[in-house]
Amino acid sequence: MKNTGRLPNVRNLGIALRMLIIANAALILIAYTLSINFADFLQRVAAISTFAQPMLLASLLTLYGVYPLLIKLNYRQGIISVFALIMFCNAAIYNLFSKIWIFDDLPTLSRVLFCSFAICALTLYYFNLRQRAYSPAVAEARLQALQARIRPHFLFNSINAVLSLIRSQPKQAEAALEDMADLFRVLMADNRELVPLAQEIALCRQYLALEKLRLNERLNIQWQIDNMPPDAMIPPLILQPLLENAVYHGIEPLADGGTINIQIYSKLNEIHLVLTNPYRTQNNHQHGNKMALNNIKERLTLHFDLEASLKSKQEKGIYEVHINLPQQKQKS
Amino acid sequence: MMPMLNILIADDEAPARSRLRDLLTDIGDLHIAGEAKNGKEAILLADQLQPDIILLDIRMPEMNGIEAAQHLQKLTKAPAVIFTTAFDNYAIQAFDMNAVDYLLKPIRQERLQTALQKARALLPQQLSGLQSLSPQRTHLNITERGRILLVPITDIIYLRAELKYVTVRTAEREYLIEESLTHLEQEFGNIFMRLHRNCLAANAYIIGFEKRSQDEDGEKQWVALLKHVPETITVSRRQQHLIRMA
Repeated sequence: MKNTGRLPNVRNLGIALRMLIIANAALILIAYTLSINFADFLQRVAAISTFAQPMLLASLLTLYGVYPLLIKLNYRQGIISVFALIMFCNAAIYNLFSKIWIFDDLPTLSRVLFCSFAICALTLYYFNLRQRAYSPAVAEARLQALQARIRPHFLFNSINAVLSLIRSQPKQAEAALEDMADLFRVLMADNRELVPLAQEIALCRQYLALEKLRLNERLNIQWQIDNMPPDAMIPPLILQPLLENAVYHGIEPLADGGTINIQIYSKLNEIHLVLTNPYRTQNNHQHGNKMALNNIKERLTLHFDLEASLKSKQEKGIYEVHINLPQQKQKS
Repeated sequence: MMPMLNILIADDEAPARSRLRDLLTDIGDLHIAGEAKNGKEAILLADQLQPDIILLDIRMPEMNGIEAAQHLQKLTKAPAVIFTTAFDNYAIQAFDMNAVDYLLKPIRQERLQTALQKARALLPQQLSGLQSLSPQRTHLNITERGRILLVPITDIIYLRAELKYVTVRTAEREYLIEESLTHLEQEFGNIFMRLHRNCLAANAYIIGFEKRSQDEDGEKQWVALLKHVPETITVSRRQQHLIRMA
């Protein structure tokens, strides 16, 4: 898996769409350069499209089909294979068209191949640049930043809570320290691989058990996860930081506490995570919250590109975060 | 023999309070006067129990520790304040700069003991140094017949300057405070609107504006109508542009 991520993932809808847009933009540009007036331009766009669109679609479909094989190659071999496949596809379709072509102004094969080569190179170059912008080094730095981000406030308060338990309730203190150990093991792990949803939920429960120790009856949790696919794969630490925010900004400022509601369900092959908590408009310490949300957003983009989204809103004293991401099963 | 130290604990988390109780019991030779769950309770209890020292958590609901310390200073017998916090960079910087006592949670017994020995009431300049940590009070404190009353800012309908005092109007009643209207306007400019040279009205309680003839010569003037109270507030000519914006 040497080139994971360096070749664009044609099986991702967002990426496939962008490829189509780039290729079509290039075709329109060609038509515009050749045309003498607007009517001519439209005619040329139509003429080019009649043979270029089938070529484009056939190329994409072929790449879609062989993608699992492609990612087994290293980047150089991958690039060469992509070019070879596209040339072959286009030549085949050109051949087909030259037999049934009714107009007599079909461009020569060499020109068609040159254009498709140029467009292919352009597209691969774009994705390569984009990949570098999100290179592993940057991603790693961001992940490390996230790990450092767990609130020191939470760490020290939890230790304080455990200390208070040791004399009176040693059993409970033991359980709390075990939860803390598990939580920090995950927080300090290499968090680049996807994990099953059930694992993230278990982590969240441990985290909430610790918070419950401090806040007791002020913290109420409502889980609505009956329709959740437990084996779906999600990036780790997507839900836990959101819960931490909900506790810090939503529950702690309330003297009588409140309820955090977590709803997870899958619909049309997408997983939805909806989290709500009470929110006081009075306190305006939103800085930490924004940071965590942006961090999660970035990691979702890194993993799923345009197929995942994170939206947040506040309405009538309730703050809501809604994440949706494509449902992926664990690779066997 | 020295009288026993009277100590008040203020922290919103039960385990944190019980930890402090354990530590104080270990130190011995002192008396735990009471425990408060937020800043507001801390002030009311301090007023009632007159502790020598208050251990005050910073991050608490209702009213944070910094604001509570500001109100505590107005008590007739202001207790010495020792802040406690798990982690708060800004607060710690401000404490160091103003030489204010604080303890980091989890608290060590020796540190607590030292802090108790040198504890003293906060000086006004120390408090003003901490003001940036809590730029806007959530309550006004009003001394009435030797008692402290805390009026939430959100309950205030309008503030009117009268001679030496400012009248604070809530739905239930009126209070008098000795603060300047200009100072109040600076602190709560986002909550109140200046309708007249001597009056600030809370945006949330203004229902609307009406033109009424009030003086004898029948000249009409704009007045603001307010929720919960029958009286209206005259809008001065200078402030009439606010009506158009509202």
